[in-house]
Amino acid sequence: MKAKAHITQEEYYRGVRMRPYDLVKELAYALAGFGVLALVLAAVLSSPDVPPVTIAGWAQSDPVDFVTTATSELQGSTISAGYGNPYNTNGDGQSWGPIAPVKWFGTRIPVDSANSFVLQPLKTASFGNAELGTALSQWDSANGDQQTAWLKAYSDALGKATVTDGKVSVADGQYGPLPVMMNNLLGIAQAGGLDGLLTVSGRFYQTDYTQALLFMGDGGYLSGLAHDANLTGSQWGMMNETGSYPGQTWLWLYTAWYQVFPFTSNDGILGLNAGNADLGIVILMTALTVALALVPLIPVLRDIPRWVPIHRLIWKEYYSAKKRST
Amino acid sequence: MSELDAAEGSWTLRVRRWVDRVLPMDNLLPHRQPYYVGSWVYVFGVITIAALAWVVVSGVVLSFMGPQWWHASSLGRFFNSLHFWSVQLFFIFMVLHLWGQYFMAGWRDGRAATWMIGVVIFGTSILTAFTGYLSQQNFDSQFIAINAKDAMNAGGIGAFFNVLNFGQMYGLHVMLLPIGVTFLVVVHIVMVRARGVVKPIGREGGSPS
Repeated sequence: MKAKAHITQEEYYRGVRMRPYDLVKELAYALAGFGVLALVLAAVLSSPDVPPVTIAGWAQSDPVDFVTTATSELQGSTISAGYGNPYNTNGDGQSWGPIAPVKWFGTRIPVDSANSFVLQPLKTASFGNAELGTALSQWDSANGDQQTAWLKAYSDALGKATVTDGKVSVADGQYGPLPVMMNNLLGIAQAGGLDGLLTVSGRFYQTDYTQALLFMGDGGYLSGLAHDANLTGSQWGMMNETGSYPGQTWLWLYTAWYQVFPFTSNDGILGLNAGNADLGIVILMTALTVALALVPLIPVLRDIPRWVPIHRLIWKEYYSAKKRST
Repeated sequence: MSELDAAEGSWTLRVRRWVDRVLPMDNLLPHRQPYYVGSWVYVFGVITIAALAWVVVSGVVLSFMGPQWWHASSLGRFFNSLHFWSVQLFFIFMVLHLWGQYFMAGWRDGRAATWMIGVVIFGTSILTAFTGYLSQQNFDSQFIAINAKDAMNAGGIGAFFNVLNFGQMYGLHVMLLPIGVTFLVVVHIVMVRARGVVKPIGREGGSPS
């Protein structure tokens, strides 16, 4: 495309018939008309506002899932525990060939799942609780192999756990201090204490929910509720919303890629597959957005409007007049 | 050097002359248009601007009253709904405007930069709405944050743009991003008004791109 010197509108429209137009009136009508429409929609349809899930609600509604998740945090087998950057270095994160942006900036938001979500809250709560204090001392003094053996046995037993009066019970076994630790953590959580402990930053004010959300994301309770509300990734979740509201429909293309090959396939193509879908789709959407911005410079894309006669409907009057004159 | 000579070197005078040349008041607030400007497609742009005004006004009320207000009171819920529907309609009309301009090839005759700024506005608006969804403080916010963090982290952005941090998302949503969108919209409007609407495709002497 050739750069053009600025020409005035007088020069550009020379010979073109003009007609009266009132920009300010048009804007005023648009403001008023739009306002009426938005006010009516707000009054009649309201907006979605399903209350957030709390850790207390999770621990009360599904104690086994809560205890299983907390045990998995100690085992280091949860999503957050093995995530990698920016939270820790326990995982590689996603890459596409040599492209691995997740590694470029290191561990900028450090999260130690076992300590942050389980051990530290228990230590804070052990003040004045001799039984819990003893259990934590036993845990700390045990070697790694012993801890792993307790965790494996307890984790297996949780598969057949029962709940009585909100407490989780498992068959007798060699679990070390884990039943005491986990039932204390469950009790703290059910009373609402863990919601506070996971948002403590050492300062009075708090607006960062990274730890609490990562912990809840590790469990099955929140994602189960999200699945029921059609919010998960495989359900076009990013553009959905609770209830029958439209959600972020403008993310349809971004969300659509998660539903199709190669991002649903384990094998994929050209190294893009379900395993690195997030990175692949971020790259793809960035490229498409740049292409959209550069449409005026891209042959074919910039020519489609000339080939598709929609412009003949938009400028119907112009083309009719032109046809009459020829 | 005389006073008049000194005035010729004035930066202020140069800027004023440039503005007078590029955007005279006749162009900024036109009272006439070419006769072919008659389709409803031309209205989508101005409705999008009206929508943005309602989004900003309802957002200012919500931010003034504070995050708890829209959950706890019926008036707060109403303003939250007004904000919500204004945003939904804003996107509908912006997309209609975008497609309309695409099929009119609105970038012709030196208007490519206007199109490009429009696409940047579209992208920035999506980011602004996204941070808004993260700032709602409800179940949607929680799961959107947990779900979205993986894409942000995979792209490397998550190291700086932490969707799980309400304070960061809320600050971006009510301050930086709306200022960015509004500024870009003003630039976009000035560019549109400076050059006027593009001529129909295929008119005599028309440029194909």
